Amino acid sequence: MNFWGYLRPNGQVGVRNHVAILPPVFCAAGVAKRIAAQVEGAVALDHVVGCSQVGFDLEITARTLKNLGRHPNVAAVLVVGLGCERLKAIELAEDIAQTGKPVEICTIQDLGGSVKAVEAGISIARRLVQQFSTQRREQFGIEHLAIATECGGTDAFSGIVANPAVGIASDLVVAKGGTVMISEVTELLGTEHLLAKRAVNQGVADQIYKVIGLSEDMLGRASANDCSHKRLALISPGNVDGGVTTVVEKSLGGAKKAGSSPFVGVLKYAERYSEHGLYLMDTPGQDGESTTGMVAGSCQIVLFTTGRGTPTGHPIAPVIKVTGSTHSFQKMFDNIDINTGSVVDGLNTLREAGEDIFQEVLAVASGKRTKAEVLGHDELMTVWRPTSEHEVAYGCGEWA
Amino acid sequence: MAEQAIVIDPRDSVAVAVMELSSGHPCTVRVGEESRSIELKERIPFGHKFALKRIRMGEGVLKYGEVIGEATVDIEPGDWVHVHNVVSKRGRGQGSQEAAA
Repeated sequence: MNFWGYLRPNGQVGVRNHVAILPPVFCAAGVAKRIAAQVEGAVALDHVVGCSQVGFDLEITARTLKNLGRHPNVAAVLVVGLGCERLKAIELAEDIAQTGKPVEICTIQDLGGSVKAVEAGISIARRLVQQFSTQRREQFGIEHLAIATECGGTDAFSGIVANPAVGIASDLVVAKGGTVMISEVTELLGTEHLLAKRAVNQGVADQIYKVIGLSEDMLGRASANDCSHKRLALISPGNVDGGVTTVVEKSLGGAKKAGSSPFVGVLKYAERYSEHGLYLMDTPGQDGESTTGMVAGSCQIVLFTTGRGTPTGHPIAPVIKVTGSTHSFQKMFDNIDINTGSVVDGLNTLREAGEDIFQEVLAVASGKRTKAEVLGHDELMTVWRPTSEHEVAYGCGEWA
Repeated sequence: MAEQAIVIDPRDSVAVAVMELSSGHPCTVRVGEESRSIELKERIPFGHKFALKRIRMGEGVLKYGEVIGEATVDIEPGDWVHVHNVVSKRGRGQGSQEAAA
């Protein structure tokens, strides 16, 4: 079982060959987007963070942006700085350059404004895209692949067919030496005893209880202390309309994306994995923050289950949409890649649906473009900002 | 699968409708190896749940073989099971390990 990917100087393998235009602060996002819009093959990793951040908050933003720049789907990076930001363009660039990939900088205040910065940036990005346009794909084994699993727009069939079918594909990836991540800790409440049983050792089991416990404690405090009813954020109105009654029901269905492999570790938000295998990453439940965290963690492809259908994509990682509802597949055909509702319709088995997803992962890894990619969807690029409640609950350092 | 409703785990006290089901009609579901007929008391929307057995107020509702929440009223076989008669205590302030125990 192999796929065709792009070898990076540090031995990692990309499934895409993007030139990323990366601002360290939101003030430079407009320039980054304008550069990317003028250069075919360049993508903007624009975001809304990076201004006046300190401590835990800044650390998470910095780790996310550095690891997105280091991502194997990114061939080269142009860092577009403003000039006065706390996370300096040079710091971001030097970190990313440790991978051996080309990293260049243009700084808006040094160049004399956005017009000159866009002009300089287009020229640099054009050169980088042309340089990598001659790179050819080579064959690599599954051990070079990491897959993020995510769900959004959950309905009752997500947990019955779409997530279990993705779980079968996850198990195939892990069995062949690859890596899989599951995240959205707030949507795993009530499954921790089942996940912890699958930990490779007591330390990992303790971390699973810890991150799910912390997330639940924060929700509990938030719903006890204010009138914002944050707990309600765990289940959307669409989930309830679709037949999902409680967060535990949603969690039990969502956890099936992780298949049945042992958990080899728990990762901090946007932390890169080291050994191969199945990981839990500590992220919030929002689709964008969660997906961006796992992509920063070096996942090259996202398997995204959706009951009701969602068009979203990520600028650097192909997103494969999987539904468990034939109705949603037909209605949202332009946005959903795979229908496992066929299992409910009696047309194939869950095992066959899972194997089809695995084959689609290999096809996409080798260059097949997903519907979200072809349509240019990139909404999932969202950097998580912890609240002060997180900072208190997580303490200084350990989980920062 | 091609059935009207699915029981995910033989221990479950609810089934999931795979099409809209009207009230007053018997619905056949497969629980493990055996088939059972449940008369539906209410219209069950596509993707929603109905009770396979009597679930007492305060008793856990089982789906995926696990407790998804507690019944807030007595639920009869064939009743629609959703947010009007089930609530979860999770995410409301108690620690997760304590709640899981």
